Amino acid sequence: MKADMEELYRSMARIRFCEEALANLWQRGIISGEMHLGVGEEAVAAGVVAHLEDGDALALDHRSTPPLVARGVDLVPLFLEMIGDERGLCRGWGGHMHLFSREHLACSSGIVGSSAPLGAGFALAAQYLAPGKVAVSFFGEGAANQGMLLESLNLAVAWRLPQVFVCKDNRWAITTRSRSVTGGDLLRRARSFGMPACRVDGTRVEAVWEAAGKAVRRARAGRSPSFLLASCPRREGHFLGDPLLRVYREPLKQTLEIGPPLVRSLLSRPLQAFALRPLYMGIIGKTLTVLGIEKFLLEPDPLCRAARLVPDDVRRRIDQEAREEVERAVSAAMERGKRHA
Amino acid sequence: MPKMTFAQAIDYALGEAMARDERVVTFGEDVTMLRRNLFVRFGPRRVRQAPISEAAFLAAGVGAAMAGLRPVVEIMLVDFIAVAFDALLNEASKVRAFSGGGWNVPLVVRAACGGGYGDGGQHEQCLWGLLSAMPGISVAVPSNPADAAGLMLSAIDSDDPVVYLEHKLLSDYWLDYLGGGSRGTVSFDVPREGAEGEVACPPSPVPIGKARLVAEGGDLSLFSLGVGVHRCVEAARSLAERGIASEVIDLRSACPLDTELVTASARKTGRVLVVDEDYIAYGLSGELAAVLAEAGIKADFARVCSEGAIPFSRKLEDEVLPNVRRITEAALRLCEGRP
Ligand SMILES: Cc1ncc(C[n+]2csc(CCOP(=O)(O)OP(=O)(O)O)c2C)c(N)n1
Ligand SMILES: [Mg+2]
Repeated sequence: MKADMEELYRSMARIRFCEEALANLWQRGIISGEMHLGVGEEAVAAGVVAHLEDGDALALDHRSTPPLVARGVDLVPLFLEMIGDERGLCRGWGGHMHLFSREHLACSSGIVGSSAPLGAGFALAAQYLAPGKVAVSFFGEGAANQGMLLESLNLAVAWRLPQVFVCKDNRWAITTRSRSVTGGDLLRRARSFGMPACRVDGTRVEAVWEAAGKAVRRARAGRSPSFLLASCPRREGHFLGDPLLRVYREPLKQTLEIGPPLVRSLLSRPLQAFALRPLYMGIIGKTLTVLGIEKFLLEPDPLCRAARLVPDDVRRRIDQEAREEVERAVSAAMERGKRHA
Repeated sequence: MPKMTFAQAIDYALGEAMARDERVVTFGEDVTMLRRNLFVRFGPRRVRQAPISEAAFLAAGVGAAMAGLRPVVEIMLVDFIAVAFDALLNEASKVRAFSGGGWNVPLVVRAACGGGYGDGGQHEQCLWGLLSAMPGISVAVPSNPADAAGLMLSAIDSDDPVVYLEHKLLSDYWLDYLGGGSRGTVSFDVPREGAEGEVACPPSPVPIGKARLVAEGGDLSLFSLGVGVHRCVEAARSLAERGIASEVIDLRSACPLDTELVTASARKTGRVLVVDEDYIAYGLSGELAAVLAEAGIKADFARVCSEGAIPFSRKLEDEVLPNVRRITEAALRLCEGRP
């Protein structure tokens, strides 16, 4: 079977426009709290979710909207939920980190790592109640150091669960370079549990689709769980208003805020540590530099990459349709929200 | 005395303790950036970045404390402590007892807590009741900068485990990261006296388990901690307009409780209202009722607490968390002898 590029592109475009709409609502103060966007993860979400069918399950992390949009969750209740409306997907109780759609067997959690054991539970239930159905868990490379996630990898193999673990490797966990706190290599780590694992370029939707297809078929046939390590960029920082990105976006203001206390620390007691402090300052500087280089020089846009694989006129039509669909949903949600308030 | 924000006061005290004692180290996720001022001062040996492996690094904190370090372990938000419960419930809380008193755990667990900025019920809990239920563990909850510094010093000096909770409405950087995000389009009900205030220099320790009499009054006792204290003070003002004199007590720690001050106040006023942002059931408010009952005090009793999961919607959330309106209404009912 060959990837239907038009459908994959449509799915990605819908995700992107939804994320952009969320960013706008958040910026205007209509969405409260944190807002972790999945901009950059469109290819992973679209490429994996394309293989799911009715009865398959999804366990998601704090970037849950892309897979939900790809899965076909109604956009109006989704946006209503994000703005905290009582007629939202979760009646205003869940919000962006805790979106649930029972109809789609899809849940999300803000507790890093928990999508793995919850997904294992979905997969376990499928063994009894719906043989041939599968569960997919999405999580980040930072979550791959969480105990319950590692236990789930073992559980999935021990119980031969129809589960696919999708690790979105954006190399960062908030302000931490994940490599600096991770032993060994995640692919080898997953394989050491006894399940097939493969690395895939998560900015290329056709590659994700191909790899996810194999993993999902393996799970459906009850042969084995699988692990997919998909690299992808973190284009909007950890969350909107990311303090590290702010250093680049408003350098003067940030220097004035962060600078003076840092200088005071440089000059503080105990003075025997004084000589080493420039080195410590350098460690912070290096993190910021790496982030800046990645952000402004290296980050590919998965949507642009997918766009190249679709004829121009088709792409334009899809863009327009997806944009209109999202705009309509946002207006409907805002309208209903207002009428209710 | 210099003025400091709540957040500055905590790190000021922690920095002083680290400068004084080489054994004080701090670790947790993202501390290089979150504690950048301490990181630049003390370096990566003393301020150590951790993977997202709370079960491991919190229990490692217990082991390290047993072996002679004085770790201050950061669990970003207290909600996340759930994944590392063994470290507290079965390890830290048991070492002194199981060793027959011969071995202790000088550990501080530092975490942000509390709601009021629309982040949903996995990021806004207080959990001090749950944590206080574990034997052998103290839980400090400062409500202003001076106490924030003083309780941090006492927590580090303590020879037994202390959970130190930093309310996000009082800590400007947490509120900015998780609620504001540099947008000017959202606002929060931040109690000003809690978020900024004078701190002694050098900081002086505040003993854990000693409550503070915030306001004196003869008609009604309001017991609270953290942000709740400020809500009580505000409610007390509007009650005063109706001729009701409230006594406000800042418990400053959920465990141990200052039973002396609490019972004295209840005996005096005969009416007690507990304002607790934590869950209503099986927690601090029930514990206070038991303390009073066991002391033989017959006081009218009511509580304003969080009654269930905290909803995401700001509108719903404002109703679930103890607010001034709910406190005032409950106080009036108490004073009028209505149920
Ligand atoms: C148990 C737990 N610990 C810490 C956090 C705070 N936290 C939220 S997201 C995050 C980073 C997650 O990194 P990763 O899994 O790589 O996902 P990414 O954000 O990069 O997509 C952390 C530490 C949390 N929500 N839950
Ligand atoms: Mg990551």
